[in-house]
Order: sequence, then structure tokens, then C-alpha cells
Amino acid sequence: MWNYEKRLQFPVNIKEPNAMLAQVIISQYGGPDGEMGASMRYLSQRYATPYREVAGLLTDIGTEELAHLEMVAAIVHQLTRNLSMEEIEKSGFAPYYTDHTVGIWPQAAGGIPFNACEFQSKGDVITDLHEDLAAEQKARSTYDNILRLIKEPDVCEPIKFLREREIVHFQRFGEALRLTQEKLDSKNFYAFNPGFDRCEDCGKDCGKDCGK
Amino acid sequence: MSSKEQLLNDIGIVSFVIVELGLYLDTHPYDRNAMEYFNHYSRIKQQMTREFSMKYYPLTMEMSEGSKEWRWGAAPLPWEGACV
Repeated sequence: MWNYEKRLQFPVNIKEPNAMLAQVIISQYGGPDGEMGASMRYLSQRYATPYREVAGLLTDIGTEELAHLEMVAAIVHQLTRNLSMEEIEKSGFAPYYTDHTVGIWPQAAGGIPFNACEFQSKGDVITDLHEDLAAEQKARSTYDNILRLIKEPDVCEPIKFLREREIVHFQRFGEALRLTQEKLDSKNFYAFNPGFDRCEDCGKDCGKDCGK
Repeated sequence: MSSKEQLLNDIGIVSFVIVELGLYLDTHPYDRNAMEYFNHYSRIKQQMTREFSMKYYPLTMEMSEGSKEWRWGAAPLPWEGACV
């Protein structure tokens, strides 16, 4: 269940269209390390952890990623609003324009469509949390790359906000990994998948301190 | 900045504090100071959201209640940009 607030998480007010920038920023909508993959990754991974606090964190970060998805779409929308045909032809935006006009569609900067293979949901909480740590760093690198291409402050500010959030999420996922490992056998974290294997003590996938 | 823009901007700031504290509390559930901050800013956000929705347009569907006409659909869209 979700509720919607009719506002962006961080304001996006772009004055001048710029199709070249739109074409690179769309990668954070539907590219390999974009916000669509991020939100679907965390919201899908929730079911494989028996630890409520970890599932809670995946829900809350997954929800924030949906707000980031909307921010990236708003940036691309405002960068492609009121574009002239001449600008579309000169900026290299013609291939995207041919298929989508200036509508929003999830693709990478290089034109590759969004694909669920951009993220993993492995059914093992330790594996999933390592994927999440890497994903946040890959998204941070992508925003760094985008920031090197932008000079306009009204585009920079929301991108800088999104980049900072990747760092905070990385921090929280690190803590979630520590919370998970504290519940497992410290001699061998991998002895037992708490989302699948059954506990020898109680015979259930209780997810409690049963790393035997 | 108009008073409408100012209030929406302030709601954005307070909401960000709540999101940030929420994630922190997810992994530090026993931090009493963080919990007090969370309670404080959540109350402020509720008041500001109610004030904005009464004066301008509903920010959530639930904030549409109490009016004769359906104002939710006519509210500006978040991606429209400047001049909210």
C-alpha cells in the first residue's frame, strides 16, 4: 500500500531546455544503475529477509527511490519541454524523439531499454544487501559522471541532492548488513540462509538466532 | 518567492528531515534523541500540510476531505516546475 504526495522530494525548476542533457540524465530513469532498477530492487528483495527491521529499511529506501524516479522524470521532462525541431536535430535527440516524441520512457543513455536484469533479487539477505551496497555506489558514480557534463545550476542542484542520497543509503545498508550478521552464526554467516533454510532447533524458518 | 511557494518549500524541508530520520531510526531504533526529533518534525509537517491544503490545494488525497468540490484532480502536477 502506498500514498502519494503531490510534490517532488526536492524542487526541480529548469528554465532552459537542453536535449543533450536530457539524453544522458534519462539513464538515471531507466539505465543500468537508475532509479527504476533501485526501487524495484529494494521493494522486491523485502520478502527474502525474515528480519523486520531490514525489510522495513528496504521498504523505506525503495519508497524514497520512487520519489527519485519522479524527480529524474521531472528533470528530463523540463529539459525537453518547448524544444524546437532544430534543437532536436542538432543535439542528437532525434533517435529518442522518433520513438517517444518527448514522452518519458525508461532507457539508458546509450538507448538500451530498461530490463529487470539491471537488478537482482537473490532470495538470500546477505547476497541482496551486498548487491544494494554496490548499487548505491554505482548510482553515485553515474551521478558524478552526469555532474561533470552539467554547468547549469538549476539542473546541478537536484542531481547533487540525488547523489548525496546514494551515500546515505549506502550507509544505512551497511548497518542493515551488520544487523543481519549479528543474528547469524558469527563463525560462519553463510551456513544458513535465514530466508530459506529451516532451523534445526525449532524446525521453522523462524529467522531468529538459529545459525546452526 | 510567493507565500504559497515558501510554504511548499518549507514542507519539502521538514519532509526531508522526516525521511532522513526515518531511515536512521530503521537501523538505530533505540536512539531516543532521534525519536524526539522525529516526533517534533512529524507534528510540524502535519500542521503545515493541513494549512497548505486548506489555503491552496490538497497535497494528499486524504487532504481533499471537507470540501464540496473535488479539488485533488485540479491541483498542479509536481513536475510542472516553477510558478506552483
